[in-house]
Amino acid sequence: MTATERTAIAAVFDGIKQKAEESWRELGRDRPVIMVGAATCGRAAGALDVLKAFRDEINKRKIDCPVIEVGCMGHCYAEPIAIISKPGFTPVCYGYVNPVIAERLVKEFILGENPCPEFVIGALEPNDMLPSFQDFPRAQYEQKIILKNCGHIDPAEIEHYIAGGGYAGLAKTLQKTPEEIIDEIKKSGLRGRGGAGFPAGLKWQYGREAPGTPKYIICNADEGDPGAFVDRAILESDPHAVIEGMVIAGYAVGSRYGYIYVRAEYPLAVARLETALKQAKKLKLTGRNILGSGFSYDIILFQGSGAFVCGEATALANSIEGKTGTPRPKPPRMTSAGLFGKPTVVNNVKTLAYVPQIISNGADWFTNTGTKESPGTAVFALAGKIVNTGMVEVPMGTTLRQIIFDVGSSIPKGKEFKAVQIGGPSGGCLPESALDLPVDFDSLQEAGAIMGSGGMVVLDEDDCMVEIARYFLEFTQRESCGKCTFCRLGTKQMLEILTDFTRGKGNVEDLEILERLGGEVKEGSLCGLGKTAPNPILTTLRYFRNEYEEHIKLGRCPALMCQHLIAYYILPDKCERSCDACVGECTVEAISSHPKKRYKIIDQEKCVKCGTCLKACPPQYNAIVKLSPPSEVPAA
Amino acid sequence: MTKTEQAKKVAERKHNIDATRQILKGHSRKRPNLIPILQKVQGKLGYLPREAMTEIAGHLDIPAIDVYGVVTFYNQFRLNPPGKHSIRVCLGTACHMKGGYITLEAWERRLGIKARQTTEDREFDLDTVACVGCCTMAPVTVVDNKPEGQVEPTRVDGILLGFGHDYTKKDKEKSDSD
Repeated sequence: MTATERTAIAAVFDGIKQKAEESWRELGRDRPVIMVGAATCGRAAGALDVLKAFRDEINKRKIDCPVIEVGCMGHCYAEPIAIISKPGFTPVCYGYVNPVIAERLVKEFILGENPCPEFVIGALEPNDMLPSFQDFPRAQYEQKIILKNCGHIDPAEIEHYIAGGGYAGLAKTLQKTPEEIIDEIKKSGLRGRGGAGFPAGLKWQYGREAPGTPKYIICNADEGDPGAFVDRAILESDPHAVIEGMVIAGYAVGSRYGYIYVRAEYPLAVARLETALKQAKKLKLTGRNILGSGFSYDIILFQGSGAFVCGEATALANSIEGKTGTPRPKPPRMTSAGLFGKPTVVNNVKTLAYVPQIISNGADWFTNTGTKESPGTAVFALAGKIVNTGMVEVPMGTTLRQIIFDVGSSIPKGKEFKAVQIGGPSGGCLPESALDLPVDFDSLQEAGAIMGSGGMVVLDEDDCMVEIARYFLEFTQRESCGKCTFCRLGTKQMLEILTDFTRGKGNVEDLEILERLGGEVKEGSLCGLGKTAPNPILTTLRYFRNEYEEHIKLGRCPALMCQHLIAYYILPDKCERSCDACVGECTVEAISSHPKKRYKIIDQEKCVKCGTCLKACPPQYNAIVKLSPPSEVPAA
Repeated sequence: MTKTEQAKKVAERKHNIDATRQILKGHSRKRPNLIPILQKVQGKLGYLPREAMTEIAGHLDIPAIDVYGVVTFYNQFRLNPPGKHSIRVCLGTACHMKGGYITLEAWERRLGIKARQTTEDREFDLDTVACVGCCTMAPVTVVDNKPEGQVEPTRVDGILLGFGHDYTKKDKEKSDSD
């Protein structure tokens, strides 16, 4: 490539960038801007109603104030979220917004001067007036690379992305040779964020060197792990980062076509990607002759159909080919014979989202963050029994304790921490003693869990470890494609044993059978599903064996969770008697009053153990308890 | 079967075939089109009737059993007509730990059906979903494609009431007459 050609590419991109920056400046010029977080999590909390309320109020009062939809900021606990930027004020983020609050914010802040501190979660920048996000304990750990744009730009506007530095990595890429790009990624030490942590640069190199055309890049957005939602949030909040990463990967590998394999359960992500792909094509950032460089790249969106096993690269390829999604034996590797038998590089959403910034800022910038073996950041979806549920991005090497207690603000209702489940059905449960582990690919693996897709579910004293192991196994057993005998039948056997445990059946020898079977299923399965399916059992057996024994020997669930091993009971001394809260709330009418003394009694035959009465009983009485084993309930 | 019922069946079959053919027009005869075609046909008809699968097999020139195999492999495809309202209970990790299975039981109890079934009046179909990615709102139920957060047994009754279906009342009448 000549110097003139390089300048030409840079000039074309500069034109696009200037226009984008101009329109971004125009958005907030001398007028306020309202941004409402409307990713799926926000929508579930009612963000669309909030959006409508803002728009109605702005229109009614004829104010010049754009109201735009943005993605997920990661503070999911406070959804719906809105950010208001007003000239003269630092941008302020509001949480738990509802239509009434929205109306008030327009009246008092947009029209008036009162930023309504009572609804503020934090200002985006430090200031003298309101608390800012920098004052939060999580701010000292958080470092946003791939979540940088999430919640701050309109995912349906390519210009917002470009104005924030987007597609600069692509423009830079096209001025270099593919080998230089691969070297840069190799130097950055970027490891695949899909879970296994394979070096991305090396994978690209294998793809480049493999004979055969056309070559394919597949973006694996089949985020099937229950408990993980980072890929969804990125696709919904910043789809262009993934698209840019894919085009760069395509250029480096020498591919002409790319597929994004996205779950059908993520309709909003699909819609966002469709819009983004159209916009990118229009600006010649994908399609024929990108930025006049002569390089062409087309991206095809493929919707999965709800099969967990399709997250496995070879099964995913079969699925795109229109077949059942069963895995293929390896070798051959995907990079030599993948989709349609051609060299194929499969990268996770997060891996691709890092690429543009690594190219823009250089490999050294990336290796400054994280640890030596796992550079960069780790993104986790925090869920379960934790105060600040949501998405967090922290440098690799941050400890689990810091993530759970500082970033996530610990366990709600003053309960005791019990375990953290990392990596979904392929991962494991780690106990308190493992909390000081630094989070990176290798140390998690050593402890028995895996980085996986970034799901981190915190469990407290009310969660039963046998039940969680059973839950994950039920999931993998159902999702097993049936190709390998050990995965198909072994998981079924293990599930039956575990189900027996949660019903107080089984005996101590079964524990050894479980361990042995777990090892055999791992060895006898072709793909990651079977190879990791026993992990939840093996880790809970390793760290929480006593809970298993209590189930088996005493028929007792120490966490009071297993439905067959508990009973609800109303303490006659504590029951207020004239209060009818539990009677009214009971969904199956199992509660009645004692004919003379009027305290309430649960009919154990009718009771479905849904726990509604426990929540209904006013806290000042607190008369309803769970007992295990059920034989603890005194005879009437 | 009465004559009118039979006529209705024939008409429905014809409608299904016509709709499938319409969708097939936009696709070449390549096998990789199979899943996108199935998704579109299901999007149009709500499920994949036998006649539609046969049509698709013919179009792609593959055995009908291969189409059936793919349809039954993936969770998304259904072989029976859906209800007017779709209820999908999330059974992701976070939802499970916060009592998603209790919510599912509540739906099953109220609607009188099991997961993957449709009520007799074709008003509701009940299904489970592995995870909709709204783990922070657990337990989640997706009602007519809208994720609802914190759906516990009492909220189940609330949602049904919102549709004008007081299934609790029906239960009461039943237990009264018992």
